[in-house]
Amino acid sequence: MRKKKAAGILASLLLAAGVMAGCSSSTSGGGDKASDKGGDILIGANLELSGGVASYGQSIKEGIDLAFEEINKEGIDGKKLKLVPFDNKSEAPEAINGATKLISQDKVTAIIGAATSGNTKAQIEIAGSNKIPLLTPTGTAEDVTFKDGKLNDYVFRTCFIDPFQGTVAANFAINELKAKKAAIFIDSASDYSKGLAASFKELFTKEGGQIVKEEAYVAKDTDFHAQLTNIKGAAPDFVFVPGYYEEVGLIVKQARELGIKAPMMGADGWDSPKLIELAGKDALNNTFITNHYSSGDSDPKVQEFVKAFKAKYKDKSPDAFNALGYDSAYFIADAIKRAGSTDTEKIQKALAETDGLELVTGKMKLDDKHNPIKSAVILEYKDGEQVFKTKVNP
Amino acid sequence: MEQFIQQLVNGISLGSIYALIALGYTMVYGIVKLINFAHGDVFMVGAFIGFYSITFFHLGLFPALLISMTACAIFGVLIERIAYKPLRNATRIAALITAIGVSLFIEYGTIYIRGAQPEAYPSGIAPLKSIEIFGVKISGQSLLILAVSFFLMIVLQFIVHKTKIGKAMRAVSHDMDAAKLMGINVNNTISATFAIGSALAGAAGVIFGMYYTKIEPLMGIIPGLKAFVAAVLGGIGIIPGAMAGGLLLGVIEALVSAAGFSLWRDGVAFVVLILILIFRPAGLFGKNVREKV
Repeated sequence: MRKKKAAGILASLLLAAGVMAGCSSSTSGGGDKASDKGGDILIGANLELSGGVASYGQSIKEGIDLAFEEINKEGIDGKKLKLVPFDNKSEAPEAINGATKLISQDKVTAIIGAATSGNTKAQIEIAGSNKIPLLTPTGTAEDVTFKDGKLNDYVFRTCFIDPFQGTVAANFAINELKAKKAAIFIDSASDYSKGLAASFKELFTKEGGQIVKEEAYVAKDTDFHAQLTNIKGAAPDFVFVPGYYEEVGLIVKQARELGIKAPMMGADGWDSPKLIELAGKDALNNTFITNHYSSGDSDPKVQEFVKAFKAKYKDKSPDAFNALGYDSAYFIADAIKRAGSTDTEKIQKALAETDGLELVTGKMKLDDKHNPIKSAVILEYKDGEQVFKTKVNP
Repeated sequence: MEQFIQQLVNGISLGSIYALIALGYTMVYGIVKLINFAHGDVFMVGAFIGFYSITFFHLGLFPALLISMTACAIFGVLIERIAYKPLRNATRIAALITAIGVSLFIEYGTIYIRGAQPEAYPSGIAPLKSIEIFGVKISGQSLLILAVSFFLMIVLQFIVHKTKIGKAMRAVSHDMDAAKLMGINVNNTISATFAIGSALAGAAGVIFGMYYTKIEPLMGIIPGLKAFVAAVLGGIGIIPGAMAGGLLLGVIEALVSAAGFSLWRDGVAFVVLILILIFRPAGLFGKNVREKV
């Protein structure tokens, strides 16, 4: 292993010195990879293109494809970006195979993917030991980049992390909705839900609010009347439900049936057309979500992206996954440009130093845990449509 | 107080769904002495047939209900003929294990055919208003479910005790060989039992979809198990027992959640099953007699 690394570093030094490369093809360590394909920079995409969460992976790829097309009009120092897609079938073992193949056979310079935190975590070890930057567009779990007090040097993400959404929701509840008594209804089987609830609770109580009721359910439940009756009894003026759309749809419906009229709020887990079918248009009125991006945002950068996306994909309106895939491509392209080479160690450094990069999902700066600090949007459901409400900067 | 009554109403609504599924369960057990674990999955298939009749063929609730019941009756008979009939003289445990196999086959067969994603029942197929009495909300749909459950219980009781086919069923249940000697067509009788039981599951599926909106291929597992608990609670094989067991279980679950232990709700349901099996194995309505020799 050490020998390989040494060879890799040597190879990159050779390139930096302007020596004609080509001798690095026998190594799998960090080094210059561009030489293999006549000036193209190869970027791997280890994504969920089939299987359980196929729609995430496919949406991300659409975003990346569009971004690469745009970037390649000018190129990066005369080179073009080329995507090497790999379908990890939404499974962690396949994600590991994918990372191994992309790094050792295709010799990519960086990997974008996977969509879920779990499939991203599966690749951390391989990416780290081969010094290949790994960039997840949508893996929001905190421990993807920073675990047990240790930073995963080569792992980055384009999205903000879970707790941030809880903080944004608490701010919105207090300042915009003037809520004082909140109830929290969480999915006790999901870390995502618990993480959001914890950060919401922390800020909400700090700002003088009061949590009047905390109830829990388990994913796949269908009857929430009993817990909702308890919530109604506590008379909250705001209900925070950080769950996934399958249950949330039913919760919103049953809550309104029981006569809970208070505003309800969740996060990106709500974002699915199924939510509207499950809850019904009327029940969803007066509910809000935090999200990474909204196609209704009037920001010119966003509108430009929406226009380009619609032109390429038959009038399809881009969702948050499309936007984050698109941004991931620009994030990595920007780092390669600033690094001035395809040396993966330099790219890693450039990625970590990203500050003030203008992206569709907000102006991006990385903190020391490789987590982006950027804005979130708040959307309101009105008659079954998501309406852009406001943008919250950190 | 108001909240307590609301919780009771919640419990009865939930319980009437359990009761509706438990009726079919208990009837099949009462006649064939087979715990048909595939019952919860026939319930799921019924929900999907109802869903497709409403969305693709734009039928109303009652035509959809009838189509679903008919299709499930045929489906139930097929399951019996293909999977259970060859094992009629095998040990009880062999039939039980087969039932579990059939259950898994239906669940994953459905996922294979249409995928695992959930479907939402269209709203507004049964525009019933909810009524409010002293601050307690009772939805029209839960009243409908309760009424349908009671109605089906009475019909079932009538079929089993007052009709010719019912008489044949009871005879088969008593002694299959003797029934055969008396000129009763045992095969047809058992098929009729499965047809009626599965039609009830189909009806329950459509009503469940209408009330809870979300249907998916694995939706039958938990309600199926709960209905089994309800059937045992009331005394398995006894039709009014299934009704009472279902309602009681629903109320117990609602009260457990009301006391703030919502995560223990499913656990409590199975604790009830264990307690009843230890202290009163024949169920609340059962008599501890009649060991057949």
